[in-house]
Amino acid sequence: MSEKRYELNKQLAQMLKGGVIMDVTTPEQARIAEEAGACAVMALERIPADIRAAGGVSRMSDPKMIRGIQEAVSIPVMAKCRIGHFVEAQILEAIEIDYIDESEVLSPADDRHHICKRKFKVPFVCGARDLGEALRRIAEGASMIRTKGEPGTGDVIQAVRHMRTMNAEMRRIQHLRGDELFEAAKELQVPIDLIEYVHENGKLPVVNFAAGGVATPADAALMMQLGAEGVFVGSGIFKSGNPKKRAAAIVKAVTNYTDARMIAELSEDLGEAMAGINENEIELLMAERGN
Amino acid sequence: MTVAVLALQGAFAEHGNMLERLGAEYFEIRKYEDIKRPFDALILPGGESTVMGKLLRELKLLKPIRERIEAGMPVFGTCAGLILLSGRVEPEMTRGCLGTMDIRVKRNAYGRQLGSFYTEGEFRGIGRIPMTFIRAPYISDVYGSTRILAETGGRIVAARQGNQLVTAFHPELSDDARVHKYFLDMIKEERDTKI
Repeated sequence: MSEKRYELNKQLAQMLKGGVIMDVTTPEQARIAEEAGACAVMALERIPADIRAAGGVSRMSDPKMIRGIQEAVSIPVMAKCRIGHFVEAQILEAIEIDYIDESEVLSPADDRHHICKRKFKVPFVCGARDLGEALRRIAEGASMIRTKGEPGTGDVIQAVRHMRTMNAEMRRIQHLRGDELFEAAKELQVPIDLIEYVHENGKLPVVNFAAGGVATPADAALMMQLGAEGVFVGSGIFKSGNPKKRAAAIVKAVTNYTDARMIAELSEDLGEAMAGINENEIELLMAERGN
Repeated sequence: MTVAVLALQGAFAEHGNMLERLGAEYFEIRKYEDIKRPFDALILPGGESTVMGKLLRELKLLKPIRERIEAGMPVFGTCAGLILLSGRVEPEMTRGCLGTMDIRVKRNAYGRQLGSFYTEGEFRGIGRIPMTFIRAPYISDVYGSTRILAETGGRIVAARQGNQLVTAFHPELSDDARVHKYFLDMIKEERDTKI
Protein backbone atom coordinates (compact mmCIF):
# COMPACT_ATOMS: atom_id res chain seq x y z
CA MET A 1 0.00 0.00 0.00
CA SER A 2 1.41 3.39 -0.94
CA GLU A 3 1.68 6.04 1.74
CA LYS A 4 -0.96 8.14 -0.02
CA ARG A 5 -3.39 5.19 -0.12
CA TYR A 6 -2.84 4.64 3.61
CA GLU A 7 -3.63 8.31 4.25
CA LEU A 8 -6.86 8.02 2.24
CA ASN A 9 -7.81 4.92 4.22
CA LYS A 10 -7.25 6.63 7.56
CA GLN A 11 -9.23 9.58 6.24
CA LEU A 12 -12.26 7.41 5.41
CA ALA A 13 -12.31 6.42 9.09
CA GLN A 14 -12.28 10.14 9.97
CA MET A 15 -15.48 10.54 7.96
CA LEU A 16 -17.13 7.80 10.04
CA LYS A 17 -16.43 9.57 13.35
CA GLY A 18 -19.36 10.44 15.55
CA GLY A 19 -21.30 7.67 13.86
CA VAL A 20 -22.66 4.18 14.47
CA ILE A 21 -21.61 1.16 12.42
CA MET A 22 -24.21 -1.60 12.53
CA ASP A 23 -23.99 -5.36 11.94
CA VAL A 24 -26.45 -6.55 9.28
CA THR A 25 -27.07 -9.96 7.76
CA THR A 26 -29.47 -9.13 4.89
CA PRO A 27 -30.05 -6.29 2.40
CA GLU A 28 -33.29 -5.54 4.23
CA GLN A 29 -31.51 -5.11 7.56
CA ALA A 30 -28.92 -2.94 5.77
CA ARG A 31 -31.67 -0.63 4.55
CA ILE A 32 -33.19 -0.45 8.03
CA ALA A 33 -29.75 0.43 9.42
CA GLU A 34 -29.17 3.12 6.78
CA GLU A 35 -32.60 4.65 7.38
CA ALA A 36 -31.95 4.62 11.13
CA GLY A 37 -28.79 6.69 10.55
CA ALA A 38 -25.94 4.16 10.46
CA CYS A 39 -22.76 5.73 9.02
CA ALA A 40 -21.68 2.29 7.70
CA VAL A 41 -22.82 -1.31 7.90
CA MET A 42 -20.91 -4.50 8.65
CA ALA A 43 -22.11 -7.29 6.36
CA LEU A 44 -21.95 -10.71 7.98
CA GLU A 45 -23.78 -14.00 7.74
CA ARG A 46 -24.59 -14.31 11.41
CA ILE A 47 -24.41 -11.71 14.12
CA PRO A 48 -21.99 -12.49 16.95
CA ALA A 49 -24.74 -13.63 19.38
CA ASP A 50 -25.81 -16.29 16.87
CA ILE A 51 -22.22 -17.28 16.08
CA ARG A 52 -21.78 -17.77 19.81
CA ALA A 53 -24.97 -19.85 20.06
CA ALA A 54 -24.23 -21.97 16.98
CA GLY A 55 -20.60 -22.76 17.86
CA GLY A 56 -18.37 -24.41 15.24
CA VAL A 57 -16.01 -22.67 12.84
CA SER A 58 -17.12 -19.25 11.73
CA ARG A 59 -15.77 -17.86 8.43
CA MET A 60 -15.98 -14.94 6.02
CA SER A 61 -19.48 -14.43 4.59
CA ASP A 62 -20.64 -15.47 1.12
CA PRO A 63 -19.43 -12.74 -1.32
CA LYS A 64 -22.80 -12.83 -3.05
CA MET A 65 -24.54 -11.94 0.19
CA ILE A 66 -22.07 -9.09 0.76
CA ARG A 67 -22.63 -7.80 -2.78
CA GLY A 68 -26.38 -7.82 -2.16
CA ILE A 69 -25.81 -5.52 0.79
CA GLN A 70 -23.43 -3.28 -1.22
CA GLU A 71 -26.20 -2.82 -3.77
CA ALA A 72 -28.85 -2.09 -1.13
CA VAL A 73 -27.21 0.94 0.50
CA SER A 74 -25.14 4.03 -0.39
CA ILE A 75 -23.18 4.17 2.90
CA PRO A 76 -19.82 2.32 3.25
CA VAL A 77 -20.01 -1.46 3.59
CA MET A 78 -17.55 -3.36 5.78
CA ALA A 79 -17.08 -7.13 6.07
CA LYS A 80 -15.13 -9.46 8.34
CA CYS A 81 -12.35 -11.89 7.56
CA ARG A 82 -10.67 -14.29 9.98
CA ILE A 83 -7.53 -13.22 11.83
CA GLY A 84 -4.56 -14.14 9.63
CA HIS A 85 -6.69 -15.30 6.68
CA PHE A 86 -5.18 -13.11 3.98
CA VAL A 87 -6.98 -14.93 1.17
CA GLU A 88 -10.38 -14.07 2.65
CA ALA A 89 -9.07 -10.49 2.74
CA GLN A 90 -8.00 -10.73 -0.92
CA ILE A 91 -11.53 -11.86 -1.81
CA LEU A 92 -13.08 -8.95 0.07
CA GLU A 93 -10.72 -6.56 -1.72
CA ALA A 94 -11.69 -8.11 -5.06
CA ILE A 95 -15.37 -7.28 -4.45
CA GLU A 96 -14.35 -3.71 -3.50
CA ILE A 97 -15.42 -3.72 0.10
CA ASP A 98 -14.96 -0.32 1.75
CA TYR A 99 -13.37 -1.65 4.96
CA ILE A 100 -12.19 -5.09 6.09
CA ASP A 101 -12.55 -6.04 9.75
CA GLU A 102 -9.88 -8.61 10.61
CA SER A 103 -12.05 -9.88 13.39
CA GLU A 104 -11.83 -12.06 16.48
CA VAL A 105 -15.58 -12.67 16.08
CA LEU A 106 -14.74 -15.25 13.42
CA SER A 107 -12.58 -18.31 14.12
CA PRO A 108 -8.91 -17.34 13.77
CA ALA A 109 -7.07 -18.88 10.79
CA ASP A 110 -3.60 -18.23 12.20
CA ASP A 111 -2.66 -18.36 15.88
CA ARG A 112 0.57 -16.38 15.45
CA HIS A 113 0.36 -13.97 12.54
CA HIS A 114 -2.14 -11.31 11.70
CA ILE A 115 -2.59 -10.30 8.07
CA CYS A 116 0.10 -7.99 6.66
CA LYS A 117 -2.41 -5.28 5.92
CA ARG A 118 0.20 -3.06 4.24
CA LYS A 119 -0.09 -5.24 1.13
CA PHE A 120 -3.70 -4.24 0.54
CA LYS A 121 -5.27 -1.20 -1.06
CA VAL A 122 -8.52 -1.47 0.92
CA PRO A 123 -8.48 -0.31 4.53
CA PHE A 124 -8.56 -2.54 7.62
CA VAL A 125 -10.06 -2.07 11.07
CA CYS A 126 -8.79 -4.31 13.88
CA GLY A 127 -9.79 -4.97 17.48
CA ALA A 128 -7.52 -4.27 20.45
CA ARG A 129 -7.66 -4.75 24.22
CA ASP A 130 -4.77 -2.47 25.08
CA LEU A 131 -2.33 0.00 23.58
CA GLY A 132 0.25 -2.64 22.60
CA GLU A 133 -2.29 -4.57 20.57
CA ALA A 134 -3.60 -1.40 18.94
CA LEU A 135 -0.13 -0.22 17.89
CA ARG A 136 0.89 -3.69 16.64
CA ARG A 137 -2.19 -3.74 14.38
CA ILE A 138 -1.34 -0.24 13.15
CA ALA A 139 2.25 -1.34 12.44
CA GLU A 140 0.79 -4.16 10.33
CA GLY A 141 -1.19 -1.58 8.35
CA ALA A 142 -4.57 -1.16 10.11
CA SER A 143 -6.04 2.29 9.41
CA MET A 144 -8.69 2.15 12.14
CA ILE A 145 -8.88 0.56 15.60
CA ARG A 146 -11.81 -0.57 17.72
CA THR A 147 -11.97 -2.08 21.18
CA LYS A 148 -12.53 -5.82 21.11
CA GLY A 149 -15.07 -5.76 23.89
CA GLU A 150 -16.86 -9.07 24.06
CA PRO A 151 -19.00 -9.53 20.96
CA GLY A 152 -22.45 -11.05 21.09
CA THR A 153 -22.92 -10.68 24.83
CA GLY A 154 -24.74 -7.38 25.24
CA ASP A 155 -22.38 -6.86 28.16
CA VAL A 156 -20.39 -3.64 27.88
CA ILE A 157 -17.87 -4.40 30.64
CA GLN A 158 -15.06 -5.55 28.36
CA ALA A 159 -15.38 -2.66 25.91
CA VAL A 160 -15.15 -0.32 28.91
CA ARG A 161 -12.10 -2.17 30.23
CA HIS A 162 -10.35 -2.08 26.83
CA MET A 163 -11.07 1.60 26.22
CA ARG A 164 -9.97 2.60 29.73
CA THR A 165 -6.83 0.48 29.45
CA MET A 166 -5.83 1.99 26.10
CA ASN A 167 -6.44 5.53 27.30
CA ALA A 168 -4.62 5.03 30.61
CA GLU A 169 -1.61 3.62 28.77
CA MET A 170 -1.62 6.54 26.36
CA ARG A 171 -1.68 9.01 29.24
CA ARG A 172 1.28 7.19 30.78
CA ILE A 173 3.29 7.28 27.52
CA GLN A 174 2.47 10.95 27.10
CA HIS A 175 4.09 11.77 30.43
CA LEU A 176 7.24 9.70 30.05
CA ARG A 177 10.59 11.41 29.56
CA GLY A 178 11.89 11.25 26.00
CA ASP A 179 14.67 8.82 26.94
CA GLU A 180 12.14 6.41 28.50
CA LEU A 181 10.23 5.84 25.26
CA PHE A 182 12.60 3.12 24.02
CA GLU A 183 11.88 0.96 27.06
CA ALA A 184 8.14 1.57 26.59
CA ALA A 185 8.40 0.39 22.97
CA LYS A 186 10.11 -2.79 24.20
CA GLU A 187 7.49 -3.42 26.88
CA LEU A 188 4.59 -2.98 24.47
CA GLN A 189 6.41 -4.78 21.63
CA VAL A 190 5.73 -2.01 19.15
CA PRO A 191 7.83 0.22 16.84
CA ILE A 192 9.39 3.28 18.48
CA ASP A 193 7.91 5.72 15.94
CA LEU A 194 4.38 4.78 17.01
CA ILE A 195 5.31 5.27 20.68
CA GLU A 196 6.75 8.66 19.76
CA TYR A 197 3.49 9.58 18.03
CA VAL A 198 1.47 8.70 21.15
CA HIS A 199 3.97 10.57 23.34
CA GLU A 200 3.53 13.74 21.29
CA ASN A 201 -0.19 13.58 20.54
CA GLY A 202 -1.73 11.62 23.42
CA LYS A 203 -3.84 9.59 21.01
CA LEU A 204 -3.63 6.85 18.39
CA PRO A 205 -2.51 7.85 14.89
CA VAL A 206 -5.81 6.39 13.59
CA VAL A 207 -9.49 6.71 14.53
CA ASN A 208 -10.55 4.59 17.54
CA PHE A 209 -14.11 3.23 17.89
CA ALA A 210 -15.79 1.21 20.64
CA ALA A 211 -17.12 -2.27 19.89
CA GLY A 212 -18.28 -5.44 21.59
CA GLY A 213 -21.26 -5.52 23.93
CA VAL A 214 -22.92 -2.16 23.24
CA ALA A 215 -26.69 -2.72 23.57
CA THR A 216 -28.36 0.54 24.66
CA PRO A 217 -28.17 4.30 23.94
CA ALA A 218 -26.65 4.65 27.42
CA ASP A 219 -23.94 2.08 26.59
CA ALA A 220 -23.08 3.99 23.42
CA ALA A 221 -22.92 7.33 25.24
CA LEU A 222 -20.80 5.75 27.97
CA MET A 223 -18.23 4.63 25.39
CA MET A 224 -18.24 8.09 23.78
CA GLN A 225 -17.71 9.79 27.15
CA LEU A 226 -14.81 7.39 27.75
CA GLY A 227 -13.17 8.68 24.59
CA ALA A 228 -14.44 6.50 21.72
CA GLU A 229 -14.74 8.39 18.43
CA GLY A 230 -17.73 6.33 17.32
CA VAL A 231 -19.45 3.02 18.04
CA PHE A 232 -19.95 -0.39 16.44
CA VAL A 233 -23.20 -2.10 17.41
CA GLY A 234 -23.46 -5.76 16.53
CA SER A 235 -26.01 -8.06 18.06
CA GLY A 236 -27.47 -5.22 20.17
CA ILE A 237 -29.78 -3.97 17.43
CA PHE A 238 -31.22 -6.88 15.52
CA LYS A 239 -31.39 -9.06 18.67
CA SER A 240 -33.62 -6.51 20.36
CA GLY A 241 -37.40 -6.12 20.40
CA ASN A 242 -37.57 -3.03 18.16
CA PRO A 243 -34.44 -2.79 15.98
CA LYS A 244 -35.52 0.30 14.02
CA LYS A 245 -36.24 2.39 17.09
CA ARG A 246 -33.23 1.18 19.06
CA ALA A 247 -30.88 1.82 16.11
CA ALA A 248 -32.15 5.38 15.65
CA ALA A 249 -31.90 6.04 19.40
CA ILE A 250 -28.30 4.82 19.56
CA VAL A 251 -27.38 7.09 16.60
CA LYS A 252 -28.78 10.15 18.37
CA ALA A 253 -27.16 9.18 21.67
CA VAL A 254 -23.76 9.07 19.95
CA THR A 255 -24.22 12.61 18.53
CA ASN A 256 -25.43 14.05 21.83
CA TYR A 257 -23.53 11.79 24.18
CA THR A 258 -23.24 14.31 27.00
CA ASP A 259 -26.90 15.37 26.99
CA ALA A 260 -28.41 13.19 29.72
CA ARG A 261 -31.88 14.63 29.27
CA MET A 262 -31.92 13.72 25.59
CA ILE A 263 -30.54 10.23 26.28
CA ALA A 264 -33.26 9.76 28.90
CA GLU A 265 -35.89 10.49 26.27
CA LEU A 266 -34.16 8.24 23.75
CA SER A 267 -34.12 5.38 26.24
CA GLU A 268 -37.90 5.39 26.69
CA ASP A 269 -40.06 2.59 25.25
CA LEU A 270 -37.32 0.91 23.29
CA GLY A 271 -38.84 -2.49 23.88
CA GLU A 272 -36.75 -5.34 25.10
CA ALA A 273 -32.94 -5.07 24.92
CA MET A 274 -31.04 -8.17 23.89
CA ALA A 275 -31.07 -10.60 26.81
CA GLY A 276 -27.29 -10.88 26.85
CA ILE A 277 -24.94 -12.93 28.95
CA ASN A 278 -22.52 -11.79 31.65
CA GLU A 279 -18.82 -12.11 30.97
CA ASN A 280 -18.38 -14.70 33.74
CA GLU A 281 -21.15 -16.88 32.27
CA ILE A 282 -19.60 -17.32 28.85
CA GLU A 283 -17.33 -20.13 27.81
CA LEU A 284 -15.70 -18.56 24.76
CA LEU A 285 -13.84 -15.28 25.19
CA MET A 286 -13.51 -13.97 21.65
CA ALA A 287 -11.39 -11.05 22.87
CA GLU A 288 -8.60 -13.51 23.67
CA ARG A 289 -8.24 -14.38 20.01
CA GLY A 290 -5.23 -12.65 18.43
CA ASN A 291 -2.64 -10.62 20.28
CA MET B 1 -16.70 36.67 13.92
CA THR B 2 -18.06 33.29 15.08
CA VAL B 3 -18.38 30.24 12.87
CA ALA B 4 -20.65 27.33 13.77
CA VAL B 5 -19.67 23.82 12.68
CA LEU B 6 -22.42 21.23 12.25
CA ALA B 7 -21.26 18.37 14.50
CA LEU B 8 -23.93 15.70 14.05
CA GLN B 9 -21.53 13.18 12.52
CA GLY B 10 -18.32 13.09 10.47
CA ALA B 11 -15.08 15.06 10.29
CA PHE B 12 -16.26 18.19 12.11
CA ALA B 13 -13.29 18.34 14.51
CA GLU B 14 -10.92 18.78 11.55
CA HIS B 15 -12.81 21.92 10.48
CA GLY B 16 -12.59 23.18 14.05
CA ASN B 17 -8.80 22.69 14.03
CA MET B 18 -8.54 24.63 10.76
CA LEU B 19 -10.60 27.54 12.16
CA GLU B 20 -8.50 27.55 15.30
CA ARG B 21 -5.34 27.78 13.21
CA LEU B 22 -6.77 30.80 11.40
CA GLY B 23 -7.75 32.43 14.67
CA ALA B 24 -11.50 32.28 14.07
CA GLU B 25 -13.88 31.58 16.94
CA TYR B 26 -16.15 28.59 16.48
CA PHE B 27 -18.52 26.25 18.26
CA GLU B 28 -20.32 22.99 17.44
CA ILE B 29 -24.00 22.52 16.65
CA ARG B 30 -25.35 19.18 17.89
CA LYS B 31 -28.94 20.01 18.82
CA TYR B 32 -31.67 22.61 18.53
CA GLU B 33 -30.58 24.68 21.56
CA ASP B 34 -27.17 25.24 19.93
CA ILE B 35 -28.51 27.29 17.01
CA LYS B 36 -29.92 29.84 19.42
CA ARG B 37 -26.34 30.97 20.10
CA PRO B 38 -25.18 33.83 17.88
CA PHE B 39 -23.03 32.91 14.87
CA ASP B 40 -22.10 34.53 11.55
CA ALA B 41 -21.49 31.53 9.32
CA LEU B 42 -21.85 27.76 9.18
CA ILE B 43 -19.67 24.85 8.03
CA LEU B 44 -21.28 21.57 6.94
CA PRO B 45 -18.53 18.91 7.23
CA GLY B 46 -17.78 15.63 5.48
CA GLY B 47 -19.28 12.41 6.76
CA GLU B 48 -22.36 10.53 5.66
CA SER B 49 -25.00 12.77 4.10
CA THR B 50 -27.78 10.27 4.91
CA VAL B 51 -26.91 10.42 8.62
CA MET B 52 -26.64 14.21 8.74
CA GLY B 53 -29.84 14.66 6.71
CA LYS B 54 -31.80 12.43 9.05
CA LEU B 55 -30.45 14.08 12.20
CA LEU B 56 -31.00 17.59 10.78
CA ARG B 57 -34.66 16.73 10.28
CA GLU B 58 -35.23 14.91 13.55
CA LEU B 59 -33.38 17.40 15.72
CA LYS B 60 -35.47 20.17 14.08
CA LEU B 61 -32.39 21.95 12.74
CA LEU B 62 -33.29 21.79 9.06
CA LYS B 63 -35.76 24.65 8.78
CA PRO B 64 -33.88 27.25 10.84
CA ILE B 65 -30.62 26.51 9.03
CA ARG B 66 -32.27 26.69 5.61
CA GLU B 67 -33.90 30.02 6.50
CA ARG B 68 -30.60 31.51 7.58
CA ILE B 69 -28.84 30.38 4.40
CA GLU B 70 -31.68 31.83 2.30
CA ALA B 71 -31.33 35.08 4.25
CA GLY B 72 -27.66 35.31 3.18
CA MET B 73 -25.63 33.67 5.97
CA PRO B 74 -22.32 32.37 4.54
CA VAL B 75 -22.17 28.56 4.45
CA PHE B 76 -19.37 26.18 3.43
CA GLY B 77 -20.14 22.53 2.63
CA THR B 78 -17.48 19.88 2.05
CA CYS B 79 -18.30 16.47 0.51
CA ALA B 80 -21.43 15.38 2.43
CA GLY B 81 -22.05 19.06 3.22
CA LEU B 82 -22.07 19.78 -0.52
CA ILE B 83 -24.73 17.08 -1.01
CA LEU B 84 -26.91 18.62 1.71
CA LEU B 85 -26.83 22.00 -0.06
CA SER B 86 -27.42 20.84 -3.63
CA GLY B 87 -30.63 21.58 -5.46
CA ARG B 88 -30.55 18.25 -7.34
CA VAL B 89 -29.01 14.95 -6.21
CA GLU B 90 -28.32 12.10 -8.64
CA PRO B 91 -29.19 9.31 -9.16
CA GLU B 92 -32.58 9.88 -7.45
CA MET B 93 -32.80 13.48 -8.72
CA THR B 94 -34.29 14.49 -5.41
CA ARG B 95 -33.56 17.77 -3.69
CA GLY B 96 -30.67 17.82 -1.24
CA CYS B 97 -31.74 17.97 2.36
CA LEU B 98 -31.22 21.76 2.53
CA GLY B 99 -31.41 22.17 -1.25
CA THR B 100 -30.48 25.85 -1.29
CA MET B 101 -27.80 25.88 -4.00
CA ASP B 102 -28.16 25.71 -7.77
CA ILE B 103 -25.95 22.69 -8.43
CA ARG B 104 -26.62 19.14 -9.50
CA VAL B 105 -24.50 16.58 -7.66
CA LYS B 106 -23.71 12.92 -8.22
CA ARG B 107 -23.23 10.98 -4.98
CA ASN B 108 -20.43 8.38 -4.58
CA ALA B 109 -19.46 9.47 -8.08
CA TYR B 110 -15.99 7.90 -7.96
CA GLY B 111 -17.21 4.54 -6.63
CA ARG B 112 -16.24 2.83 -3.39
CA GLN B 113 -13.18 3.41 -1.18
CA LEU B 114 -10.83 2.01 -3.86
CA GLY B 115 -11.90 5.01 -5.98
CA SER B 116 -10.82 7.55 -3.31
CA PHE B 117 -7.85 9.63 -4.46
CA TYR B 118 -5.57 12.58 -3.85
CA THR B 119 -4.63 15.18 -6.41
CA GLU B 120 -3.70 18.82 -6.75
CA GLY B 121 -5.62 21.33 -8.79
CA GLU B 122 -6.29 24.94 -9.58
CA PHE B 123 -8.84 26.76 -7.40
CA ARG B 124 -10.00 30.06 -8.91
CA GLY B 125 -8.79 32.98 -6.83
CA ILE B 126 -6.47 30.84 -4.69
CA GLY B 127 -4.09 28.91 -6.93
CA ARG B 128 -2.94 25.31 -6.86
CA ILE B 129 -4.23 23.43 -3.80
CA PRO B 130 -4.25 19.85 -2.45
CA MET B 131 -7.52 17.97 -3.02
CA THR B 132 -8.46 14.83 -1.10
CA PHE B 133 -11.48 12.91 -2.37
CA ILE B 134 -12.99 10.27 -0.04
CA ARG B 135 -15.87 8.30 -1.59
CA ALA B 136 -16.60 11.71 -3.00
CA PRO B 137 -19.38 13.25 -5.04
CA TYR B 138 -18.81 15.61 -7.95
CA ILE B 139 -20.93 18.40 -9.34
CA SER B 140 -22.45 17.23 -12.62
CA ASP B 141 -23.96 20.61 -13.48
CA VAL B 142 -24.35 24.16 -12.22
CA TYR B 143 -27.22 26.52 -13.01
CA GLY B 144 -28.61 29.87 -11.89
CA SER B 145 -25.89 32.21 -10.64
CA THR B 146 -23.53 29.44 -9.48
CA ARG B 147 -19.90 29.89 -10.54
CA ILE B 148 -17.41 27.05 -10.99
CA LEU B 149 -14.29 27.45 -8.82
CA ALA B 150 -12.38 24.23 -9.51
CA GLU B 151 -12.39 21.31 -11.89
CA THR B 152 -10.29 18.18 -11.93
CA GLY B 153 -10.32 15.34 -14.44
CA GLY B 154 -13.04 17.18 -16.33
CA ARG B 155 -15.38 17.20 -13.30
CA ILE B 156 -16.57 20.22 -11.33
CA VAL B 157 -15.33 19.87 -7.75
CA ALA B 158 -15.82 23.34 -6.23
CA ALA B 159 -18.39 26.10 -6.78
CA ARG B 160 -19.86 29.22 -5.26
CA GLN B 161 -23.22 30.91 -5.43
CA GLY B 162 -23.26 34.16 -3.45
CA ASN B 163 -23.07 33.16 0.22
CA GLN B 164 -22.69 29.43 -0.49
CA LEU B 165 -19.34 27.69 -1.04
CA VAL B 166 -18.93 23.97 -1.72
CA THR B 167 -16.08 21.55 -2.37
CA ALA B 168 -16.37 17.85 -3.27
CA PHE B 169 -12.93 17.35 -1.69
CA HIS B 170 -11.75 17.88 1.90
CA PRO B 171 -9.63 21.02 2.46
CA GLU B 172 -9.90 20.32 6.22
CA LEU B 173 -7.78 17.16 5.82
CA SER B 174 -4.75 18.98 4.41
CA ASP B 175 -2.28 21.37 6.00
CA ASP B 176 -3.27 24.02 3.49
CA ALA B 177 -5.67 26.52 5.10
CA ARG B 178 -6.28 28.67 2.04
CA VAL B 179 -9.81 27.44 1.25
CA HIS B 180 -10.88 28.10 4.84
CA LYS B 181 -9.23 31.52 4.59
CA TYR B 182 -11.25 32.12 1.40
CA PHE B 183 -14.42 31.27 3.37
CA LEU B 184 -13.49 33.59 6.24
CA ASP B 185 -12.99 36.35 3.65
CA MET B 186 -16.49 35.59 2.30
CA ILE B 187 -17.86 36.11 5.82
CA LYS B 188 -16.08 39.47 6.11
CA GLU B 189 -17.44 40.55 2.70
CA GLU B 190 -20.94 39.59 3.75
CA ARG B 191 -20.60 41.56 7.00
CA ASP B 192 -19.18 44.61 5.23
CA THR B 193 -22.04 44.74 2.72
CA LYS B 194 -24.51 44.68 5.62
CA ILE B 195 -22.89 47.71 7.27
